Amino acid sequence: MMESYCFMSLDPATVRRIARLARIGIDESDVPALQGELNGILGWVEQLNEVDVEGVTPMVGTGHAALRTRPDVVTDGNCREAVLSNAPDAVGPFYTVPKVVE
Amino acid sequence: MSLTELTIADAAAGLRARKFSAAELVGAHNAAIAALNPRLNAYITTTSDAALQAAAQADAALGKGEAKPLTGIPLGIKDLFCTKGVRTTAASNILKNFVPPYESTVTANLLRDGAVFVGKTNLDEFAMGSANITSAFGPVENPWKRRGDDAALVPGGSSGGSAAAVAAGLAMGATGTDTGGSIRQPAAYCGIVGLKPTYGRCSRFGTIAYASSLDQAGPMARTVRDCAILLQSMAGFDARDSTSVNCDVPDYSAAIGRSLKGLKVGIPAEYRAEGLSAEIEAAWQQGINWLKDAGCEIVDVSLPHTKYGLATYYIVAPAECSSNLARYDGLRFGERVPGDTLDAMYEATRRAGFGPEVRRRIMMGTYVLSAGYYDAYYLKAQKVRSLIRRDFTESFQQVDVLLTPTAPTPAFAQGEQSDDPVQMYLNDIFTVPASMAGMPAMSVPVGLGTTGLPLGLQLIGRPFDEETLLAAGSALEAAAGFTHRPALRAEVVK
Amino acid sequence: MSYTLEGRTGTWEIVVGLEVHAQVISHSKLFSGASASYGGEPNTHVSLVDAGFPGMLPVLNQECVAQAIRTGLGLRARINLESRFDRKNYFYADLPTGYQISQFTHPIVGEGTVEIELADGTVRHIGITRLHMEQDAGKSMHDQDPARSFIDLNRAGVALMEIVSEPDIRSPEEAGAYLRKLRQILRYLGTCDGNMEEGSMRADVNVSVRKAGEPFRTRCEIKNVNSIRYVMHAIEVEATRQIEVWEEGGEVDQETRLFDPARNETRSLRSKEDAHDYRYFPDPDLLPLVVEQAWVDELERGLPELPDDKRDRFVRQYGIPRYDASVLVAEQAIADYYEEVAKGRDARLAANWVTGDLFGALNRTGRTITDSPISAQALGGMLDLVSDKTINGKIAKEVFEDMLETGDSAAAIVERKGLKQVTDTGAIDAAVADVLARNADKVEEYRGGKDRLFGFFVGQVMKAMAGKANPAMVNEALKKVL
Repeated sequence: MMESYCFMSLDPATVRRIARLARIGIDESDVPALQGELNGILGWVEQLNEVDVEGVTPMVGTGHAALRTRPDVVTDGNCREAVLSNAPDAVGPFYTVPKVVE
Repeated sequence: MSLTELTIADAAAGLRARKFSAAELVGAHNAAIAALNPRLNAYITTTSDAALQAAAQADAALGKGEAKPLTGIPLGIKDLFCTKGVRTTAASNILKNFVPPYESTVTANLLRDGAVFVGKTNLDEFAMGSANITSAFGPVENPWKRRGDDAALVPGGSSGGSAAAVAAGLAMGATGTDTGGSIRQPAAYCGIVGLKPTYGRCSRFGTIAYASSLDQAGPMARTVRDCAILLQSMAGFDARDSTSVNCDVPDYSAAIGRSLKGLKVGIPAEYRAEGLSAEIEAAWQQGINWLKDAGCEIVDVSLPHTKYGLATYYIVAPAECSSNLARYDGLRFGERVPGDTLDAMYEATRRAGFGPEVRRRIMMGTYVLSAGYYDAYYLKAQKVRSLIRRDFTESFQQVDVLLTPTAPTPAFAQGEQSDDPVQMYLNDIFTVPASMAGMPAMSVPVGLGTTGLPLGLQLIGRPFDEETLLAAGSALEAAAGFTHRPALRAEVVK
Repeated sequence: MSYTLEGRTGTWEIVVGLEVHAQVISHSKLFSGASASYGGEPNTHVSLVDAGFPGMLPVLNQECVAQAIRTGLGLRARINLESRFDRKNYFYADLPTGYQISQFTHPIVGEGTVEIELADGTVRHIGITRLHMEQDAGKSMHDQDPARSFIDLNRAGVALMEIVSEPDIRSPEEAGAYLRKLRQILRYLGTCDGNMEEGSMRADVNVSVRKAGEPFRTRCEIKNVNSIRYVMHAIEVEATRQIEVWEEGGEVDQETRLFDPARNETRSLRSKEDAHDYRYFPDPDLLPLVVEQAWVDELERGLPELPDDKRDRFVRQYGIPRYDASVLVAEQAIADYYEEVAKGRDARLAANWVTGDLFGALNRTGRTITDSPISAQALGGMLDLVSDKTINGKIAKEVFEDMLETGDSAAAIVERKGLKQVTDTGAIDAAVADVLARNADKVEEYRGGKDRLFGFFVGQVMKAMAGKANPAMVNEALKKVL
């Protein structure tokens, strides 16, 4: 059984903010459990603080190649049927969503 | 020997020699699935009718002498690979009715080589898990049982469905994906072979993304040779995947049974973690002895950053998944829960559509990328990841391959592990470092543990040197002579 | 003379930086093979990659990289041989994947500079901070249905260049000059058509105010202004608003605003605290972009002559005033037209005719230089007739109008209408004698000292000769007699 760490890096307001950023609906009653779980994970990954990363470059890319490019030719598109094939609420040639007020 | 017990290699030879037809072979597997899948739940979607049609075409090709490497061979496809016209769910409610109008490159390659798909196998939702208990379509049961114990065991994850199907004879082979161990660990739990190729070896196009810099498709089968055959088809450069590496696909089958004389095998000290169970330790030592007997030189090596692999993984993978899963918003595909406003729709849709583990990892990932925390978490983890890779690169200057256990324990029972997510994450402790470094790795079953459950050993190789894995793996396989079969299997259930 | 605004508490300067989003001219999109062209039936220029389907992946379009590099070179900026793509994460209906692929920490182009010239001749240099590539978003329509917004992803994934200026701009006029110059450079390079009405070039305007000598105060961002005129208005209106806030003793909040041209005011976009947490991180579906210096050099060699260089060369080569040269290089097509007319001819004469009569005619008839009814060759032909004195300047104007109408060549018109300039001294002398005979009283007045009657005599002689007399010869003949 893992020890739970006692520092609280996530407070309820932060949990709500993260859920909002991630567009995942939560009830107020979900917050304590989520807070506990996330804090548990975060406490556990704190062990990376032990590692000295002075002068280390972050691992970006596979290290086996640089980015490939493709020629500027139209090779795709014109497949509206496929594009709309799984749309929950397509109207004519459009996707639709609840009305957005800007 | 019944048709569902054959290896791919033997079945392919049998089909060519017309000892039996593809219709019979596929039919036998369809029947096995009908009989055993209700119990094991290894498949989310079965495609028996289409499989029989494909079998008929296979027989026609075989009749004309136009057989391809996998003509008529029934395979299970992890339900993370988009299959054209066939429902693809990622084991999630949010995609429970999604029918892709396109085929993934890996499955297209298998179809090109004549394979027959019998169904889409179950997995942890969006590949997040190591016990196949987070699927929206119910957990998968491991066909193995502890000696004298009827408890339902987990098959491992996330490719639990594929592993269970292959172990129980509901498929001759299967595709899996491996991000932190999701091919190797279930292979070990189910007593089969599972290979995670070098990152970039197989195309990710059309494979539903979890963590883009880690995901890799790979074969799962009952023998090392069968994995070589499957990998031969699956691998290859794809211009539609910018992380796909453009290098030749060698003849993988030629590596089977290759001499290991002079091969240097590294034993990393850090994998002998505290509390490594005696049976795993014994299996590991046994593996070392077998390789010595085969002519290998055993070298002690050190991979100092091994223990940080899990923490690194559980920052990087959630971060990438939080972004990759943003597209599941109910707008263009997938399930939509209506809302008065756009944001209300997003929130209701994603709350209902994603299970708790997925929601947890998305939120974790959102947090570690958020303003003020990026440096402390994600950037730091990517730096530690460089160090993990450097450990491997340096060790491969002394040795040619590494041998470690695959998992800290054999399969455990459903509900046995606590609800603490971190507890579950520890199942990946030996598999994660190779994932973080992009190295190829394979699990081979080497024997049964004290409770009669299969134990696997892991081989880790240099980038694009899957051949050495296959060579060393086939030597272990030959020495181990693992012919054990699980309690629940096609041959005994009619 | 610097631009200032007078407030109750003193004199205020304005500080402006512009972020311009310029749609890249290319056949296909930045990361997908779907068409990047404007228009098209809804959701037809959309691939499954653009629509963000599961398992879809981006592949970079080489020409878009080339266009970004060309633009960087045109901005005299540093080209970063290594750059990187990052994901900018947010949720919106027109953003299919829930993130925009952009470049945050390592853009492809670094610092550069744009030279602008103001009406009073002042020359200023506006710094460029950076240029990066990013995906454009789709389009949402909110007025088709009472309960729904409609989404068209045709534009989603089209390549954009975001060009960020230093906060060096100090007046609405400078902002206008900067945008005009930027647009001109982009059009010369062929990297963007700069069409703000169509939305292929949009500006976000960052405005703050301060008293002279102060450090920078809080700025506000006015998003998506789609005309140069509106940019200039928005700056004035926003600066005035901010000054009022400061002078009332308040503080300007850093926020995003929209410009409402109908009301000539800026409005706050109510922003939540987390609205701008984009959680940038390197896109793991892509690798770092590395371009070879050799390729950059090749692209540089292929660049057209840039507007400022062309203007300076026109001044040197054609001996025309800087102002005229600026007008002639406004568009590459105009410059090319002018050079064809001026080749082997009186360059100043050519400049006058192009910037004067031709432009006037084009404006009047609603045409542009590319569909000019009078070709460069045709105009040149007419100028030849002026230079060799076949027609005089006045007749030339008549010929020009006729060319506009009929499309005939100058020579044909002169022939047809018999407009050849009369240089026959006998005819001129006869006409002079005639005019002076019929205006004996005026002759006496002139000889009595009314010098300005000379013009009257010239006019009368020209009238008698239907305008066709060589004016210089008429002058000479009159002088001889008077």
